[in-house]
Amino acid sequence: MPAVKETVETVRKIDVDQYKYGFVTDIESELAPKGLDEDTVRFISAKKNEPAWLLEWRLEAFRRWQTMQEPTWARVRYPEIDFQDLHYYAAPKKTPGPKSLDEVDPELLKTYEKLGIPLREREILAGVEGAKVAVDAVFDSVSVVTTFKEELAKAGVIFCAISEAVHTHPELVKQYLGTVVPTTDNFYATLNSAVFSDGSFVYIPPGVKCPMELSTYFRINEQKTGQFERTLIIADKGSYVSYLEGCTAPKRDEAQLHAAVVELVALDDAEIKYSTVQNWYPGDKDGKGGIYNFVTKRGDCRGQRSKISWTQVETGSAITWKYPSCILRGEGSSGEFYSIAISNGYQQVDSGTKMIHLGKNTTSKILAKGIAAGRSDNTYRGQVTAHRKATGARNFTNCDSLLIGDLCGAHTIPYIESKNSSAVFEHEATTSKIAEDQLFYCMQRGLDEEEAVALIVNGFVKEVLQQLPMEFAVEAQKLIAVSLEGSVG
Amino acid sequence: MLEINNLHVEIDGKKILNGLNLHVKRGEVAAIMGPNGSGKSTLSYVIAGKEDYTVTEGEILLDGVNILEMEPHERAHAGLFLAFQYPLEIPGVATMTFLKAALNAQAKSRGEDELSPGEFMKKVREAAGKLGINPDMLKRPLNVGFSGGEKKRMEILQMALLEPKMAILDETDSGLDIDALRIVAEGVNAHRDPDHAFLVITHYQRLLDHIRPDTVHVMAKGQIVRTGGPEIALELEERGYAEYLGNAA
Repeated sequence: MPAVKETVETVRKIDVDQYKYGFVTDIESELAPKGLDEDTVRFISAKKNEPAWLLEWRLEAFRRWQTMQEPTWARVRYPEIDFQDLHYYAAPKKTPGPKSLDEVDPELLKTYEKLGIPLREREILAGVEGAKVAVDAVFDSVSVVTTFKEELAKAGVIFCAISEAVHTHPELVKQYLGTVVPTTDNFYATLNSAVFSDGSFVYIPPGVKCPMELSTYFRINEQKTGQFERTLIIADKGSYVSYLEGCTAPKRDEAQLHAAVVELVALDDAEIKYSTVQNWYPGDKDGKGGIYNFVTKRGDCRGQRSKISWTQVETGSAITWKYPSCILRGEGSSGEFYSIAISNGYQQVDSGTKMIHLGKNTTSKILAKGIAAGRSDNTYRGQVTAHRKATGARNFTNCDSLLIGDLCGAHTIPYIESKNSSAVFEHEATTSKIAEDQLFYCMQRGLDEEEAVALIVNGFVKEVLQQLPMEFAVEAQKLIAVSLEGSVG
Repeated sequence: MLEINNLHVEIDGKKILNGLNLHVKRGEVAAIMGPNGSGKSTLSYVIAGKEDYTVTEGEILLDGVNILEMEPHERAHAGLFLAFQYPLEIPGVATMTFLKAALNAQAKSRGEDELSPGEFMKKVREAAGKLGINPDMLKRPLNVGFSGGEKKRMEILQMALLEPKMAILDETDSGLDIDALRIVAEGVNAHRDPDHAFLVITHYQRLLDHIRPDTVHVMAKGQIVRTGGPEIALELEERGYAEYLGNAA
C-alpha cells in the first residue's frame, strides 16, 4: 500500500482513547444545585464566607453575563452548551481546615500519585523537606493543601488560594482583581467572575526574586462540573516570579466546560514568567467527551521595563479557546508568547495571543508551533496592535505548523494593526508536513515509528521547549510523545 | 550474509524487480552496477523496508532470517544499514541528538545499556575526525543546509558508529568531488573486515577505484544479468551498458 494511503488508514484507526489519566477518584463531593441564577452566585459566595464587596462584584458580573452572547468567531464547533444543566460548585468533602498533610484525605494523595506528579513534588506533598517546588494543589475547585508557605513567607511572598487571600489580604485582592480582565471582558471571563470557585493568588513584594518556582496542579474531578479557576499574580516593583501550571483530568463521557481566568500584573522592572503544560482529556477516539477549555489569560505590563512571558504546551482538551495576552502599557515593557499546541483525534484548537502595544518602546515576541494530527483542527489566531502613543513598538511573530497525515487542518490567522508609523511588526509563518521519507530515514537508523515521530516533532518545537523551566521541559517532551502516539502509520 | 531469492517488486502496479537473485557473503564487498532505471535504488529501499513497494514474490534473508516481514527499524536492529542516495534533513534535531537517539535505540534492541554521555561524545568525535567532519557540524540540525558532500560523509559517520554487519551504499559517490569521494571510500575501507559485508550500488566505475569490490554484479531491467570480478567494472567503463539493455528478460 502506498505510504500516504497507509498513513491515512492508520490515522483513521488512531486510538486517542488511551488517556492515561482516565480515572475518577472516589471522594464524596459537595455540589451546588444544577443551574445558574443569582442564588447560585450567592450560594458559592456564602460557601466561601466571602465579604459583601466580593458578592456584589460577582452579582454584577452575573447580571452582565445574562446580557452577553457566546462568542462564535473562533474556528471551533461544538454542540450548544446548556448553562443551566451544569453544577457551578463542587468541593471535596470538608474537613475543618487541614493543618497538615496527615489530615488530607489519602485518596487525594493517591490521586497525585496516579497523576504522575513528579516524585520530588509528591515528596513535598508528603511533607519531605529539602525540595524546592511549592505546590498549591487544586483538587477540583478548592485548594486543599498549600506547602512551603513558611519559606515563601520568609521572602515575603504570598502564595495561597485566592479564596484564602480574600480573607488574609483583602486589600491586595480588592486592588487588583478584575483590573486586567474586567468583569465585562468576554462571555466566559464574565461567567468566571460570577461563579469562580478558587485558584491561586501570588504576590511578590518589591525587589524580591521568588526563591522557588511556584507550581499548581489543576484537576477536574467532578461529574458535570464546570470548572472556574481564578488566578491572580502580582509582581511588585523589581520582583521576579516563575509560575508553573500543569493540568490533567480524568476520563468521562460528558463534555466539560472549563472557563478559567488568569490575571498577571507586573509593576516597574518586574518580571513574570508563566508556564503551562495542559493535558486535559481530549475526548475518545470518536471525538466524544473531552474538556471544553475557554480560558482568558492576560498579563498587564503596567510598570516601566516590566516583562511578562507566557509559555504553553497545549496537548489536551476537546476544544481549546485560549489567547494568553500582554498589555504592554509601561514604557519599555516587553511581552513574550511561546506556544506549542498539539491536536490529535478530533481535537479543535483555536489559540494564540494578543500583544497590545500601548507604551513607548515596547517590544513583543511570538513564537507559536502548532502540530495537527488525526482529524484535528489547529488554528493560530494572533493579534498585534500598536496604539497611537506606542512610538518605537516592535513585534516579531513566527508561526509554524506541522501536519501529520492528511485529514487534519492547520490555519494561521494573524491580525496586525498599527496606529503609529514608527512601529515595526514582522510576521513569518510556515506550514509543513512530516514526510514519510523522514520517518523512514529515522527508522532505518533503528528508531521505531513513535520514537521517530517524537524526535522529528521535538525538533520542530525545540525553540519553545527551551523556554520552559528544565524539569517542566522534560515532562513536556514526554507529554508530546504520548500525545502523538499512534498518529502515523 | 545477505541472500535474495527470486525477488519480484512492484510500485503502483508497475514491475520494477523481476526475479532478482543476489548473494553477498560475510566479509564480502559486492558492487552492483547498472544503468539508470535498472532498479538499483528500488532494490536498496526494498532491502531496508521502505513502505511504498510491494513484494509480490521472493525472499530476502539476512543471516538466514527472512526480513521481509520486519519493520525498517527491526531490520536496522538486525544489522542492516542503508547509506541514502539523498539523505533526509531533520530540522531542529541536532546531529549529535540524532546520532545518540539512533545509537541508543540500537543498544536497547540488543539489551545493552546506553553509552554514557562521555563515552558517546568521545566515540562520535573520533569517528567524525577520521571523516574530516568539523565538530561544529555535529551541533547543527542533521543535514539541514549541509552540502552534498557533507551529507554523504554524515551517512558514513552514521555507518561507522552503528557498525552494521550489512551496509548498503546507494550511489554514495553521486555528487561527490574527488577528495570527498576518497574520504568516503576510506571510511568504508576502514570497516572492511571478515565480519562486515558491503553492497555498493553505483552507476560509475570511479568509486570502485577506491573501494575495491570482491564481486561486481551488473543489474538491468530488474535483474542481475551478470556476475564476475572487478574486471567487469572496467569493461563497463569502456563499453557502457548498451549490451545489457537489449538482452535482459
